[in-house]
Order: sequence, then structure tokens, then C-alpha cells
Amino acid sequence: MTDAETMEIALTVNGERVSRTVLVRRHLVDFLRIDLGLTGSHLGCEHGVCGACSVRLDGVVVRGCLLLAVQADGCDVVTIEGLDQSGEVADLQQTFVARNALQCGFCTPGMLMTAAELLADPQPKTREEIRTFLSGNYCRCTGYHAIVDAVATTLDERVKRGGGHG
Amino acid sequence: MADKAQSSPFARPNSYVGRTLSRTGAKRAVAGRGRYTDDFTLPRMLHAAFIRSPFAHARIVSIDTAEAKRPPGVALVMTGAEVAAMCTGPWVGTLTCFPGMKSAPQYPMAVGRACWVGEPVALVLAETRAEAEDAAEHVKIEWRELPAATEKATALEAGTAVIHPELGDNLAFRKTIDTGGVEAAFAAADLVVEDTFDFGRHTGVSLEPRSLLASYDQGTGKLTITTSSQCPHMIQRVFAQTLGLPDHMVQIIAPDVGGSFGLKIHTYGDEVAACAAAIRLGRPVKFIADRLESFVSDIHARENRVKARMAVSKSGEIQAFDIDVLSGAGAYSQYPRTSVFEANQILNITGGPYRHRHFKARATVVYLNKPPTSQYRAVGHPIGNSVGEHLVDRAAAALGIDPVEIRRRNVMPDDGYPTVTASGIKLKDLSHQRCIAALVERMNYAELRREQARLRATGIHRGIGIACFIKGTSPGPEGYYGTGGAPISLQDACTIKLEPNGGILCAVGVTEQGQGTDTIMGQIAAATLGVPMESVRVISGDTDAVPYGGGTFGSRAAAIGGEAVLQAARALREEVLSIAGVLLQAEPSALDIVDGIVIDRASEAKRMPLAEIGRIGHFQLGELPGSVQPVLSHTRRFRLVEDLYIFTNGIHGAYVEVDTDTGFVRLLKHWVVEDCGRVINPQLADEQVRGGCVQGLGGALYEHCLYDDAGQLTNGSMADYLVPMAAEMPDIEVVHVETPSSVSELGAKGVGESGTGAAPAVVMNAINDALLPFGARVTAQPITPESILVALGKI
Repeated sequence: MTDAETMEIALTVNGERVSRTVLVRRHLVDFLRIDLGLTGSHLGCEHGVCGACSVRLDGVVVRGCLLLAVQADGCDVVTIEGLDQSGEVADLQQTFVARNALQCGFCTPGMLMTAAELLADPQPKTREEIRTFLSGNYCRCTGYHAIVDAVATTLDERVKRGGGHG
Repeated sequence: MADKAQSSPFARPNSYVGRTLSRTGAKRAVAGRGRYTDDFTLPRMLHAAFIRSPFAHARIVSIDTAEAKRPPGVALVMTGAEVAAMCTGPWVGTLTCFPGMKSAPQYPMAVGRACWVGEPVALVLAETRAEAEDAAEHVKIEWRELPAATEKATALEAGTAVIHPELGDNLAFRKTIDTGGVEAAFAAADLVVEDTFDFGRHTGVSLEPRSLLASYDQGTGKLTITTSSQCPHMIQRVFAQTLGLPDHMVQIIAPDVGGSFGLKIHTYGDEVAACAAAIRLGRPVKFIADRLESFVSDIHARENRVKARMAVSKSGEIQAFDIDVLSGAGAYSQYPRTSVFEANQILNITGGPYRHRHFKARATVVYLNKPPTSQYRAVGHPIGNSVGEHLVDRAAAALGIDPVEIRRRNVMPDDGYPTVTASGIKLKDLSHQRCIAALVERMNYAELRREQARLRATGIHRGIGIACFIKGTSPGPEGYYGTGGAPISLQDACTIKLEPNGGILCAVGVTEQGQGTDTIMGQIAAATLGVPMESVRVISGDTDAVPYGGGTFGSRAAAIGGEAVLQAARALREEVLSIAGVLLQAEPSALDIVDGIVIDRASEAKRMPLAEIGRIGHFQLGELPGSVQPVLSHTRRFRLVEDLYIFTNGIHGAYVEVDTDTGFVRLLKHWVVEDCGRVINPQLADEQVRGGCVQGLGGALYEHCLYDDAGQLTNGSMADYLVPMAAEMPDIEVVHVETPSSVSELGAKGVGESGTGAAPAVVMNAINDALLPFGARVTAQPITPESILVALGKI
């Protein structure tokens, strides 16, 4: 480690190559929101509990508030905007809207990011298993029932279709 | 009037009222394209960070800001005194509707003295939030700690520090209700059940914290505030008054709001201070509360101890209630809504579903060196319902009557309205009997009882809870805020306009926080006018764009705002039909509007699209006779005229399993039957109930702001303050019984708080039902595993 306050980083965000000089103390989610204008990832607690800042880093869902931007140097980051554009969870997004599995929408990007992980390799799951899987994402509005419904419906359809992506 | 019946938005075939439609904003949110306050940036914007009191009660001997001002990037440091100097005066959080109430004057930030841990003391404005926080560490404050009042039980005792000496003591408010005859009823009763209940202090924890972006135009003197708020006009009025600006030079914009639940209907000093800084500097200022400061600066709620008893006859007839409420407020009464509503509402609604005529109640609200308490989802109802419904269950158990049966015997009959409760509140249009019947059927109550008995024999201890409730919604201007003098409008309004293309703009004073207000307002407008949903756009959350209104709180949006939309849409419909009548040489009453087209009512022949009325009404006015001057924009208001509230009612059922070795509770299933009057969008109504239930379950089982004797919050983070997550929560079945309110044509009563108001009562009853064979019971919320083991005598 050096004493430098800034560092050059280069990474892929939602399929685009990005390079920036960032403060070494800047969190990944602040980098995404402030430096790149990707405001779909939200800050709910900034201490790793609420899940609103969940993003995908090299294929794994992480808390954007518990990583520094410099830790994402050389990585592949996907945010809700990328997830939306790729169509990977188009079926889940549609079901969220139809089932009203969101109210204020602040938790929704993180919730979708987590659910996408569950849906990527569609295996039958009980409602309890879905609830447990989503338990790192706080939603104050819905009471979770509708979210579980939406994920269960999408999962069922994917299992029936025998495929991963929507 | 003939057209009135024919244009009834719910009588028309394929009406949008009563239909599930997806929310308009949902598609943006799932794409990550919601726009919340923190997503907006302005040129030369500064970020505010606050220095907050580390002590529950301490004198500020000195503040030295010189060091903090030095680093590059820091634009300004302001102390509480400097912000106070920019204010027209302090707030006093009292209302005249609460006689004898007192509160100390309060400025946006502490001046000379801080009265709770978390009270803002100074703020730093810098180029980035991180720089502002860095500089904040260099604000040097010399403190002299003062003794603090942190326990409500001892707040009025001689040895306790008086927080505001000018008030004489720590008493905020005292109220009594006494119908008379209560002592005699207790003396003559076959059975008296009594207990003491504790309700822990908790807070809102909206996922999006309080957020504000203020910018002041020094050329025009206009202040624009983008903020996560439920009540833009109230914020406009209070901020304008406090900062000495005319109301009409303050614009409040509430963009997407990331959860609110009552905590965003209030005035917060840090937000006013951020605006003061924006005015002082002529630069935009953003303040986003971080989670840790949210825990100590958002309003708190629920801290109450209730001693209660109930008199019952052998046959299970409830004869009298006697309750004594001790409510622990914060260091100031929250301006302008006060900190006494919760206690007042407990008095109003405890035992509210039942027919007893004798009622005595006392509420004492005391000040503590803690964050101010105020209205939070279902104000007072979780407490009043928990107390009343617990005593009903206790009586049922003692008398050997089934919990459902004792409620059947005591609820007000469905044909007995209007009526007045023993506590003195007016009730109309309720349906306890139908709700009980619907719940028993839906939860398969008899079979559930058999299953409970079977499992009990195998050592599995399940409990079934039942809890009736009433819920006050839609406060009227004759009541508290209105006559009490609060700058909060209790009417609401809609301005509806026909655009040249036949599109409809519908601007409403009520606001959207994700519950679907905009969507249901659109449904009411489209149904009333007879146009497709796609041709209606609803505008809310901008004081420059909408008619004056109170915003969304107290489950009022559908009932009050919805009726205003109905009436405004009807006025526009009548004008459109009248213009069409002139153009088509037909009687307006012979015409109708269906799917955006004026038709002949009798033959249903299409005569003219609304776009044609729009085109002629705005551009080709020469086609109309000179006597016709189209307005094509109509505003209507609606308010309650003689009622304090609209009341809703319903009943919850819960099925839980208690592990008697660990004290852990598993929530197996939850049912709600509720009567919110006319249901406008069934799915959105269901989801309000579900979300509300879980918020209530959080308070009943997990959420607790834990304070030590020194007034320090010991669990002020999301790692330590437990909120309900998906794994712990049950599936929730919702049934609606519809008794339209008779106070409006729409007949909606409000649905947002019915879940929260009774979920704590039903889960406590279910847990106690499971514990019944052990002779154990719990009466303190949150109900922790530890408290269950203590009740069982295991620890």
C-alpha cells in the first residue's frame, strides 16, 4: 500500500470498459452512483446489513458499501442497470410488476440482484427456502409475501422451461 | 341528479374502481430507474454533515469551528446559534386541542444546551460528504454534562432532572376520560382481569433515509427543496415560516420516496438547518441522513407503559375498561404534530370494538432526554389493541369461553351504526360481525383448534391468536390538527384538466410513497370520466404543480384525496358533455363518455372522441358559440365535515409455534379480514395490509431502541436493531369486507395502517395462547425469546 489518496482503476461495468482515478477510500457503490451516475444501486445502511446496494462482482453478489472501488479494479461489475439491459431477469421484473412485489422500490434493485442468483440455476425451492435466500435484503414496505410470490412464480416457470435466463 | 348515478365510477360496466391494475411507477423501479432525492445533483452543490450531541443532556460551553473551516473543500460551518439567528423564532410543539399541554421552545439545532444523544449541534458544508464528515471531526465543542431524565417511570419524581426548568417539571400532557360508573361496574363484576403492559420505543427505519436537496435562487428569492416527504405543503408552510420566507416562494418537490411510514410527515431541525445553509451560501445543499444518525434523529414511537383492567360478567359480557397510560416522549414535543397523539389515540381506541358503556382512562405523557417521539404508522393502535385484546383473551380463558365466541358476544353489531364508543368516539359503517364470520371461515378456525390440541399432546406448543380492531383514518379539520392550530391542511384537492389530445392531467395534493396512490387516483379519474387508464397521468408531490393539500398520512389518501378526484373528474365530465352537447346539438344528459369517446347514451353510437373536444376547446374555439367559454380544468376539494376520523375495522388471526426450550417463536400463518370501505385496487389494498402487518410484527417481536441509564442508544445500527426479514415472516392472507363509508360518494376509508394496528395484538395473543397451559404469559413488546423463557420460569 502507498499513501496515495487516489488510484487509477480500470474495470468493466455493465459490459463497458471504464477507467477512472478514484479516491482510495471511495466505496464501490459511491463510485457507481457518483462517478458513473448509476443511481439504481441504493444506500440504505452503509454497513452491510440492508442489501440495497447489492451488485454483482465477477459473478458474485456483494455489498457495494462494504467494498472499496479500488477493490473492483480489473473486475467485472454488474449493477441493476446492467441486469435490466441484458434481459437476464426480464421475466422476474415483469412478475415483480404484475404481482406488486415492490412498493417504494428502494430495496428492489438489491432484491432483484439477489433473486437473480437464485434463478440462475433454476432448481425447485420451497417458499421457506426462497425466504431464507432473500433474508439478506431488507424491505420495509411489502412484508415480503409478494416478493416471495414473484420469485416463486418466476422460478417455477424457469424450472418448467428447464432454462436459466428470462 | 341523473348523470350522477350514471357516472358513478363503480356502477359503470368494466369500471376501473375495484380492479387490480399494476402501478405506474413499478416498471421504472424494477429497471433501477427510480429517482430518489439522493439521485439528484445540482451544479455547485454542497453536502451537509452534522455534529450531533454525544450526551443525553449537556450544556454547550463553547463551540470552536475555526479548525473545521480550514480544509480545502469546506465552504461553511454553522452552529445552532447561527442557524437560530436565521429563523423567525423557535417552534413550540403544542396544539390548543390538547388543553394544558406544554413544551419548550426548540430551534432547528441545539442552542446552548443539547437534550438528547443525536440532537444536531453544528453542521459542516463541503464539496463532498466525506470532506464534510472529515471537517466535522475538527469542530471542537466543550461540553458540561447535565443530569438526564431517561426513565418515564421516574420522570416526574422529585429527584429527577427537569429537562426544561421553565416548564416546572417533565410533564407534557395529561388527559382523563371518565364515563362515570366505572368503579361500581368493577365492584359488581363477576370477573376482573388486569395486567401491566410495556411497549418498547422503536423507530421507522425506512430503507431510504431522510433526504433533502435545497437550492435558493438569490435573484428571485425562491427556495426549492427536493425532499423525501409525505406532506409537501406542510413542509412548505413550516419551512417558510421558520426561515422567514413567503409560502409561495418555497417549492417542495417529493420525487420517489423510499418508504416513509409516518416518519416523513415531520419537521426535522437538521433539514431546516440545511436549507438555512443553502440560503446563506446561495449554493445548493444536499443532506442525506446516514443510517446511524437516522436512529438518533428520526422520530421514535411507542414507548408506553399501560396498566389496564377490564370488568366482565360470567356470561362474558364486557362491562368496563380502566386504563392508565404512561407515555415516554422525547426532549421536545415534535412540532407541529406533537408527541401526545399516541397516548391520546390509546385512550380513544382501547376496547373500541366492544359495546361496554363504562370507561375510565388516564394518559400521562412525560419528557425524557431521548429523541422526540411522534406519529408513526398506526399511531397508538398497536398499543390500544394489544391491551384491549389481551384482556379479552384473559377473560375468555378465565370463563372458559372460546376467544372467538367472547368477541362475537361483545362486538358492536353491524346494524348498530352510527354509534359512539364508551371512550367517546363516533363510529359509522363498521362490520365486526361479518369480519369475524369471514375470519373463522378463512382460517378454518375449528380445524386449527383441533390441530393445536393434537400437536400439544406431542409436545409441540402452538398458539392461535384472534384480535379485533378499529382504526382511525383520515383525520378531519374539526379535530386535532385543524382546531389545534397546526399548519396542516386536512382537506385534499384535485385539479383535473383535459389536454388538446384528449389526455387527462390529474394533479393531487395527496402523495405517493409506493403504496400506489397515483395509480388509484388515476383509476378513480379514468372510471369517473369514462376514459382509458392510459390517457390519464397523475401528478403528485410538487407544490408548484398540485392544488393545496395535506399529503399522505393517517391512511387518508384514498378516502380524502380519492373523493376529491372523483368530484373533480365529475365536474370535467359534465363540462365535456355540455360542450359535446353544443357541438352535436344533443342534450348532454343523452350523451355518455366511454373509452374516451362521447357516445349516444341510448344507441351507444360513437359521436366524438375526447381529442376532438380538446382540439376545439383549446384551439378551434370559433366552432363554439360565444356564450360557451371552455375551462377544461376543474378543481374540487373534499374534507370531513362533522367527524374526527373515518373509522375502519377488522380482525386478525395468527398461528404461531413457541419453542418452550429456546423461547423462539415461529410465525406460521397470519390472516387479516378488514373493512377499508370501497376497495379501489384489490391487489394494492392487500399489499398495504401485508406490509403493514409485518411492520407491526417487527414492533411486536424485534424492534426496540435500547437506552442505557445515561440516555445512550446501545443498539443504533442495523446490525443491532432487529427488523423483520423475509425468513422470519409468515404468509399473510387478506380478505376484504366492503362497507362503503357513508361520508363520501367514493366510500373508501383507508387501508394503510390496518395491518400495523392489530398485528402486535394478535401475535401477542397467539403466543399467550401457546403458553396458556403453562400458566405463563407475556405482556411486554417486543416479545423476545428471553421474555418467553422468563415467563415460563426457565431463566
